[in-house]
Amino acid sequence: MPENHHAVIRLKKRFADSILDVGEFRGEVTVTVGKEDITAICGFLKETLEYNFLTDVTAVDYLGQEPRFMMVYHLCSMSGRDRIRLKAPVAGSDPLIDSLVPLWKTANWLEREVFDLFGITFKNHPDLRRILLPNDWTGHPLRKDYPLQGPDREPYKGRLA
Amino acid sequence: MGVDRPLGDNVIFTKLDALVNWSRKSSLWPMTFGTACCAIEMMATGAASHDFDRFGTIFRASPRQADCIIIAGTVTKKMLPVIKTIYEQMPEPKWVIAMGACACSGGIFDTYSVVQGIDEALPVDVYIPGCPPRPEALLYGLIKLQEKIMKERNSFGNALGFGERVEPAL
Repeated sequence: MPENHHAVIRLKKRFADSILDVGEFRGEVTVTVGKEDITAICGFLKETLEYNFLTDVTAVDYLGQEPRFMMVYHLCSMSGRDRIRLKAPVAGSDPLIDSLVPLWKTANWLEREVFDLFGITFKNHPDLRRILLPNDWTGHPLRKDYPLQGPDREPYKGRLA
Repeated sequence: MGVDRPLGDNVIFTKLDALVNWSRKSSLWPMTFGTACCAIEMMATGAASHDFDRFGTIFRASPRQADCIIIAGTVTKKMLPVIKTIYEQMPEPKWVIAMGACACSGGIFDTYSVVQGIDEALPVDVYIPGCPPRPEALLYGLIKLQEKIMKERNSFGNALGFGERVEPAL
């Protein structure tokens, strides 16, 4: 049960208003939190609960739903031998969330990748520019409304069409 | 009794095209540049068991010394300006081999970030299909390029300013 997870108990006690949802799938605990408190919650998890390693930062585009984007953070505790996943919904109209670079330096490039491919902006990021695509690229290809073969090509309609 | 002058005082007559083309095709030096997994097969072709060197094909690490570029692998839109620069740095005459499905047509990567065939940017002489092509296929493609070079007419004279270059009939 995810409610019995020690980090979830501590988070619920400390950030009762920001915890939107708690879930578990195949032993992996996911905590959905409000994006305003992402830095505070990650700082608490890092400093107090020793989730000291940021494994991955990515995002999901739920096109057609609101809030459209979901930021996903994977944390790992070296001393506690445990992993936890944080999610934070981000509105499609104003895709902005606080940067985690002050907590983890690895967030620099990971957040640049999310910015490059999803167009989510990170507040207080020291060097927010594209990392994978060329600098003169327009658009964010991992958004669901970006055409797979690029905007300047006729979309493939299947072999028999 | 020695064999120090076996041909005596002979003179050999040949066509300038035949001599120039023969020397060009016998020392095709490709640019060492792989863009994806086809480069592994290209390396295997250069290694001992298939031995590219027996055709006079020696990989060069500088485009200034290369006659030929083997586009070995997927060309992304971000890599295309780099390949164009390398191609422009190569001295004339120069040839392009598109190795593998990706370099020929984009292959399975029918996506926003991949160039759909290097012939969108460079004049390709030989297309080698396969994903990846075996080293034998690359050797066959190189021999095909050598055959094409042998059919060139007056490319040397044209470079010196005499007459027009005649495109080889394939």
